[in-house]
Formats: sequence, C-alpha cells, structure tokens
Amino acid sequence: MASASDRPASRHRDGGRAQWHSPAMTRRIRRRYLGDRLFRAAGLAALTAAGLFLLLLVGNIAWQARTGFFQTELRLEVAIPADVAAGETPGSPGFGAAVDAYPWRSVALSALRERFGADSRGDLASLRGLISRGGAAVALRAAVRDDPTLIGRRATLWLPASEPADQWAKDRDAATALSERQVGWLESFAAAGDLKTHFNGRFFATGNSRDPALAGIGGAVIGSFLTLLVTLAVAFPIGVFTAIYLEEFAPQNRITDFIEVNINNLAAVPSIVFGLLGLQVFLNTFGMPRSAPVVGGLTLALMTLPTIIISGRAALKAVPNSIRDAALGLGASRTQVVLHHVLPAAMPGMLTGTIIGMAQALGETAPLLMIGMVAFIVEVPASFTEAATVLPVQIYMWAELPEAAYRAKTAAGISVLLIFLISMNALAVYLRNRFETK
Amino acid sequence: MTAETTKQPTPAAPAPAPSDLSTAADRPDVKMSARDVHVHYGDTHAIKGVTMNVNAREVTALIGPSGCGKSTFLRCFNRMNDTVASARVDGEILLDTQDIHAPEIDVVQLRARVGMVFQKPNPFPKSIYDNVAYGPRIHGLVRNRADLDEVVETSLQKAGLWDEVSDRLEVPGTSLSGGQQQRLCIARAIAVNPEVILMDEPCSALDPIATARIEELIEDLRQRYAIVVVTHSMQQAARISQRTAFFHLGHLVEYGETGALFTSPQQEKTKDYITGRYG
Ligand SMILES: Nc1ncnc2c1ncn2[C@@H]1O[C@H](COP(=O)(O)OP(=O)(O)OP(=O)(O)O)[C@@H](O)[C@H]1O
Ligand SMILES: [Mg+2]
Repeated sequence: MASASDRPASRHRDGGRAQWHSPAMTRRIRRRYLGDRLFRAAGLAALTAAGLFLLLLVGNIAWQARTGFFQTELRLEVAIPADVAAGETPGSPGFGAAVDAYPWRSVALSALRERFGADSRGDLASLRGLISRGGAAVALRAAVRDDPTLIGRRATLWLPASEPADQWAKDRDAATALSERQVGWLESFAAAGDLKTHFNGRFFATGNSRDPALAGIGGAVIGSFLTLLVTLAVAFPIGVFTAIYLEEFAPQNRITDFIEVNINNLAAVPSIVFGLLGLQVFLNTFGMPRSAPVVGGLTLALMTLPTIIISGRAALKAVPNSIRDAALGLGASRTQVVLHHVLPAAMPGMLTGTIIGMAQALGETAPLLMIGMVAFIVEVPASFTEAATVLPVQIYMWAELPEAAYRAKTAAGISVLLIFLISMNALAVYLRNRFETK
Repeated sequence: MTAETTKQPTPAAPAPAPSDLSTAADRPDVKMSARDVHVHYGDTHAIKGVTMNVNAREVTALIGPSGCGKSTFLRCFNRMNDTVASARVDGEILLDTQDIHAPEIDVVQLRARVGMVFQKPNPFPKSIYDNVAYGPRIHGLVRNRADLDEVVETSLQKAGLWDEVSDRLEVPGTSLSGGQQQRLCIARAIAVNPEVILMDEPCSALDPIATARIEELIEDLRQRYAIVVVTHSMQQAARISQRTAFFHLGHLVEYGETGALFTSPQQEKTKDYITGRYG
C-alpha cells in the first residue's frame, strides 16, 4: 500500500503549505488554461454556427424573393375604342363604372394582333398567353380613368406580362411553358426595347389575386397592422396592469399563487387553442364578423397576454427594493412609488416583453385559421371589421400554389414579414435605450 | 440634559418597570417614545418589549451585535415595517403626543415627518435635482419652481453637498460617489422638513473621510431635528450621540447618556460588548 506521501494531493502540499512551483501545480495550471481555451472555443463555435444558420436562412429567402419584387411589362400601341363609356361625362360615377366594365382584355389582344398579324385560333391563344389576364385590364382601365382624352385615340402603354412571360424575362435559360412562337414574339419585344422588368410597386399596394401579376402583399400588411393594433391596444394595458397588481399590490396568498401558476400555464398553451377560444367566444357568442382584424386582434391578445404579464412581472421584480424603500421612506404612497419610480425603471423590460409578444403574434397563423382569417381576400382592408388576411396566412396561402411566380411571392412575403420583425425588434432596442438613459 | 439612565431588565430577569415612564405626552423634550414594543417576523420574535424615549435635538445611537434587532426597531418609528408582509408590530409608539398606529394617522404623512436614511445609499435613478425635489413635490410643500429651487439648494447645503454639485444638478444621482450619494439621500430626507431623522448605519459603506463629513452633518442637523442612528462603531456612537441604547437579542439591555454608558455601564452584557468581549 502506498504511503500517504505518494498520494497526488500530498505532492502539492508540504506540511500544510501549498507548493506553488511544483511540476504538478504547473501541469494543473496548464490544464486550466487549456480548459479555458476549449470553453471559449466551444462558445465561439456555437455562435458561428448560429450565425451561419441565420445567414443561410436569410440569404436563401432573399435569393428566392429577388424576382418576387419585380414584374415584367410589355410596351404596346393600343387603340382605345371610341365606344368606351359612350354618353358618360368623364369623372361621373357612370363613367367610372363603364370604364371598369369594358372588356379591356380584348383591346389588349387586338393590339397584340395588330403588332404580330396573327390570325389563326391557335395564334390568338398564344398571343393571349403573353399578357397578364387581369393585369392588362387593370393597366388599361387605370390609363383611361387617368386620362379620358385617350378614348378613341391610340396610346403607347406598358402592360404587365403573363406569368410564363414574366418568368422567361427573369431567367431566359430556365425551362419555360411558352411555345417557340411565343418566345420569338417576346424576343422581338425585347429587341425593340418594349420589354422591361421593373420594381413592382403594386406588390405593396394590392391584396391577393389569382393573377400573379396582380397579387400583392399590401392587403396582408394592412391586415396584420390592424390586427396587431387591436392586440396591442388590448393586451398591453391589461398585461401591464395585471403585472403591476400581482407584483406590487396583491396580497401573498393562495389565490395569488393560483393565479400566478395559471398565467404561467397559459403561456405554454398551444396557440391554436386560443383560436378555438376566439372562435367560440368572439364569433359564436358575441357574433363578431368572421375574418375581421378586430377578432384576430382579440384572439392574439389572449395569446400575448401571458407573455406580457410574465415579462412585466420579471421587469418589476428586477427593480431594486432599495428604490421602493427610498420613496416609501420619503412619504410616497404605494401608488406613487409604482408610478414615479418602479414603473419607469421597469418600462424598458416591459416594452421589450411586449414587443416580443407582438412579434410572436405577428408570425402566428394557427389561431387565425380558426377564426376564418384564411380567406382569399382581394380588397385591402380599410377598417377593423372588414374581412382581412395577415402576413403569415398570406404567405402560407401562396406557398401552396404551384406557379413559380407564387413561389417568388412567397419568399418576397417572408422577406416583408422578416423586415417587420426586425423593425419591431429595433424599436424595442431603441425604446429600451431611450428609457434607460433617463 | 438630565442625566437619568433608563435601565431595562436583562433578558434573563424581566420584571422591574423602567424607572422613567414619562413619555412624549408629558415631556416636551421627548420627541418620540416607544412603549413595550414587540415585533414579530412570522414566528421570529425580533423585538421583545422595548420601552425608550427619543429626545428632541439629540442624537440617539442604537448599538448591539448583528441581528439583535436595531434596524427592526428603527423601522418601527416610521412604520416601515408595514411594508414587510410578515412583520407584526405591537405596542405603542408616540410622535409628540400621538400614537403613530392610531387610525387617524396617515402613514404616508408620518413618513414625511419621520424621515429615513438607509444603510446603502439609494438615490433614485433621476437627476440630483429631482432626487431632492421629489419629497417637496409629492407633498405639495412648494408653490412654484423658484420655491422648489430654493428648497433644493438649502437642503443640499444643509447636507454639505451643494458646493460639490451646484453646477451639475441635472446629472443622475447614481453617478455620484458613495459618500456623495449618502449625503444626497440625507438632503432628500431633509428637503421635506421632517421632525425626526432615522439613519440605519449611514456610514457603513463609506471611507473615513466621507464618514467624518456625515458625522459633522449629523452634529449640524441635531440643532433642528431629533436623530436616531444605528451604528456598529462604538467610537462613532461615542463621537456623535448624546444617548445610546444597547440592544441584545431583541431586548433593550441598557439605555442612557452616551458618556455614562461607555464609561460605567450598569449591565454586565453592556460592559462585555463595549469592551469587545463579544458581538
Ligand atoms: N424581513 C425580515 N423577515 C424575517 N426576519 C427578519 C426580517 N428582517 C429581519 N429579520 C430578523 O429579525 C432579527 C433582527 O434583524 P435586524 O435586521 O433588525 O438586525 P440588526 O440589529 O439590524 O442587524 P445588523 O446589525 O446585522 O444590521 C434577525 O434575527 C433577522 O433575522
Ligand atoms: Mg441592520
């Protein structure tokens, strides 16, 4: 059996004194340094991996989205028939209605026929395949409404190309659904400088459409905005007051504990359950309109409340008690302590929690499906009670469609959603800094 | 100053009533008095029947080993123990002639009349000016901005901080040094013009120079206020106080004139403590 002096521990110690320069101690120090370096390297590796994933995700979406923000148009000389809105004075409601009702698609088709002189039935179908179904009509309608003097005259106008033509223009080497004849026509457009792919401003202004040239994210953006406004207006005050009451005023008893436990449970409830609740309460019981931002907002407010309450309580807890004591010791009432000292100190944390909750709500689809916000909505909503859709739902609906154009629009929609999220987080950081320097 | 010494029974032998039972009610020089005060924190009996007076225009020092209940007792005088959920205070505490637990007493107003300075400097995370102005503002003690400016200036002057901060009243109070922060807290407390100031180890976080400044300040403030100071330093108690109370395990062991208590303690425990045998 080894004597006590052979045991490793005793090598560092001699009569109770540490041997700071023994080889064993030196080895131990070297091992410690190695351990430190490994730990730091592991942290850095994890950070790099997370950064790469994020970059990959954002890069991939941006790459796919790049064509979604652009739209190809063709320049055509169009003869505007003289019988458009015959007998109506320009500017009157009847004039507008007549212009809207006119079969513009055939006007665009005649212009194409004129340009290429095609006559057979097959040719006509091929020509029709070059320009966007609804897009051409929308462009012509807008041109005539803007300038009624065009009626009965010839005008050179840019008309949106059809989805296959648009895809061909964006990537001429990719497989195309167009016939050789159609490609030939498009090449002649391009050669004449009558084909251009430009930034699609309309994408941000319109609602959904069956025609990819017309489908836009605008309706969903407004829908999301209105919905989140309702969510914020409902969840923020209720959440903040609940947090303040629970943290600063509630007596420490069973009921308080019970409420606390249940709020924590609510935060973990799957979001679709809140959708069911919203369906039952707001639609079935209160008879609120389906698909409306007000219902979506209320449903999301239910979902966001626990997040706001929990983060609000954490922020209030983080305010040092010495501040409360100082104010109480000066003769401030409980309410004054909260309003003058605790709340301002906790506000940055509360706002951060609220914005994180809102960002979650912005990306939420499941509960909104339950209350019918998955409808196909063309109109941009103008009020809280009109049918609307929201960004993630719009993205989800586009993702299901087969056309390449919708794939690009899906990615473009995701980019818009990401930009919203980043702006919200930037706002959170800004607000936090502003309140903290005070 | 009368040289009476209020002897409290030792914990072992409770019984004889204190020789001086006169309270603030019948003695004009007594500002506050505690009568048979007990404090419980849940099941912990932290203060066990303390009876003593706090005289006007005097510094009263509370000394005793850690955990003996000095802070707890001090916080009885402005009912800060009310803010501790588990705390229960029994007994009678008079401010002048009135029981501070009487229903007609507004606790918020009481705390304005009986100010408090804490062990750790705790300025609000606001400007120096707003720190001092807060009390006068919430109690409506000033009518306009000029009055407020004056209150802030005189309070900072009384606290001996004016010369150091007069040119930067808008910087956060938390950016000052520890000693300056503590003087700011004192200025904040006297800005509401209290009648009594309670200080819980006001110098424990400070270096000797800052401590000396605070001690000078306490001596100055004594001219106008009744002051109760908790301290762990017997030298400090001897330097700044006129009367000293020695606590042990929740009992008031001995209370009397500072000089007498330190030179000829009547109780064995007191003698042991001040000669450094324990505590
Ligand atoms: N908030 C509280 N809850 C429960 N018990 C408490 C609380 N505050 C103090 N106590 C208990 O009351 C007793 C007295 O505490 P107190 O803080 O008054 O002592 P102290 O004399 O001020 O000590 P120190 O000199 O260390 O500050 C201690 O036993 C302590 O554990
Ligand atoms: Mg203490």
